[in-house]
Amino acid sequence: MTNDNFFSIHNLSISFGGLMAVDNVSFDVLPGSIFSIIGPNGAGKTTIFNCINGLYSPDSGKIIFQGKNIIGLKPHKIAQKGIARTFQNIELFSRMTTMENLMLGRHIHMKTGIWTGSTFYRRGSRAAQEEIKHRERVEEIIDLLDLQVARNQFVGGLPYGTQKLIELGRALALEPQLLLLDEPSAGMNSEEKQDLIFWIKDIQDELGVTILLIEHDMKLIMDISDRILAINFGKPITEGTPAEIQKHPEVLKAYLGEDEVIGHAA
Amino acid sequence: MDMKRDYYEDIQLLDSKVLWFWFLMLIASLIVFPFLAPNYYIYMANYMAIHVIVTVGLNILVGYTGQISLGHAGFFAIGAYGTVLLMTVLHLPFLLAILLAGFIAAFFGFILGLPALRLEGPYLAIATLGFGMAITQVIGRWQVFGGRMGMEAPSPSFGAYVLESDRQLYFLIVTIAFLLVLAARNLMKTRVGRAFIAIRDSDIAAETMGVNLTFYKTLAFAVSAFYAGIAGGLMAFLLGFINPSTFNFILSIYFLAFVIVGGLGSIFGSITGITVPWEHIDNVFREVDEYYRTSQYRKHNIRPDCYSARCV
Ligand SMILES: Nc1ncnc2c1ncn2[C@@H]1O[C@H](COP(=O)(O)OP(=O)(O)O)[C@@H](O)[C@H]1O
Ligand SMILES: [Mg+2]
Repeated sequence: MTNDNFFSIHNLSISFGGLMAVDNVSFDVLPGSIFSIIGPNGAGKTTIFNCINGLYSPDSGKIIFQGKNIIGLKPHKIAQKGIARTFQNIELFSRMTTMENLMLGRHIHMKTGIWTGSTFYRRGSRAAQEEIKHRERVEEIIDLLDLQVARNQFVGGLPYGTQKLIELGRALALEPQLLLLDEPSAGMNSEEKQDLIFWIKDIQDELGVTILLIEHDMKLIMDISDRILAINFGKPITEGTPAEIQKHPEVLKAYLGEDEVIGHAA
Repeated sequence: MDMKRDYYEDIQLLDSKVLWFWFLMLIASLIVFPFLAPNYYIYMANYMAIHVIVTVGLNILVGYTGQISLGHAGFFAIGAYGTVLLMTVLHLPFLLAILLAGFIAAFFGFILGLPALRLEGPYLAIATLGFGMAITQVIGRWQVFGGRMGMEAPSPSFGAYVLESDRQLYFLIVTIAFLLVLAARNLMKTRVGRAFIAIRDSDIAAETMGVNLTFYKTLAFAVSAFYAGIAGGLMAFLLGFINPSTFNFILSIYFLAFVIVGGLGSIFGSITGITVPWEHIDNVFREVDEYYRTSQYRKHNIRPDCYSARCV
């Protein structure tokens, strides 16, 4: 697959009442790579994700996934194509357990409907068989992300870092080809962040998932990104490898600001 | 984990011998009850079982999917009138009639669910309230439905075996209620129920995980209306007579009250819920008492005065 075909954005723009939240943004993502978007708060990063998901309809531009423009598709259709995401402000199903949250991630892979679902009465029933099969699959993700302790707990009361991981797990349960992570490390302590870096690497290497990442933690970004796009006020500033981005004067000015951040990252 | 988990336990109704024991005890006592209790209480049990069906169905909509309906008396009426008309006009057997009436109610539920996609909170409440009231108006004015005078409901029968006594109706009503409660419980444990709950907790996350919001939100309305429709059909059998005032909008409020008192998003709460909020409990008892007496009259083929008195 050529890079243009897998995932690319062309001249994407969207405004809210005169405010250009995203202004003519374009980029290509290579399959299997980690592509990061950085920029100060309000730069338009989350808005790009919302356009990819179909939650917002952009004013102009194209979003190509596997050779097709996905703009105009309903969010659930886009999910079915293999794009999953996590949210900056946690959007878990708070009155479900961890297991159930991840099982919802299996929704598009399951078939049980009203009739089979309401009439199962034994282990061998179709709905029960399907539940068992997909719970086994979800258990692998629970193991991968070390969520065993939280498995049967309602997620609403769990620590913030754990909730972030459950969102990641739910997105993985969809078996996406493209995974959008919106500030996954926000609210995590450094140990949790270390694990997160490890897992994101794993998801890329072992599962072959392509990742679009929004992050503020510069060390994390520089560690794991293959390419980085910097935006400000909705406009692209520059795009390049981590090494190139760290040196770019406008990035330094607009986003990174202080030298010590760079020193830490290098 | 070295021990392999049994995932069936996660969704199983009864995962221990103790639970099985109590489950069988429950069934046994439900069977024995009508032989020990006086008729009046059997009638009361029938009345409550019907309300359990509505409440459980309404809970699927309100408690699990997070939508609201102040119009469930409308679906209840559609079920009641549908059942009666399908039996008297098309001469369908009662089980088929009540099932079809349930589906007709579900269809109306689906239709009402469409505007509900764009409405939230108080606006949805008002729309559904309007729907419920409109149904009562329509059946009150249209002669096919007996107008204000209402209609006699035929007794359900299996061939020549007519279910007429409260005890006979008890077995019909309680069996259906029992099965519908189990079905609701199963539904909420599997894929469709999870989609409902997901929509309630975060519709954005649900749709980005592949849940079709339009489909599941209208489906929740349809399922919920189906339950109310079936319950309405059973109510027609229980009362032996239906008229528009049986289905006024206060009833919709009551239904919602049962759901809330029992606990939003709790199937078994809905069962207990119906026993609690009879605020004007003596009023209700008086009403039940009246239904009871009038249904006795029906059996003796006497047309009670109170109906004509009520109908003016
Ligand atoms: N639904 C919306 N309605 C109005 N303004 C919005 C909406 N979504 C985002 N914005 C605005 O667009 C700009 C970009 O926001 P966002 O993409 O969330 O920034 P960030 O880069 O911090 O993720 C902000 O000024 C925000 O207020
Ligand atoms: Mg953001």
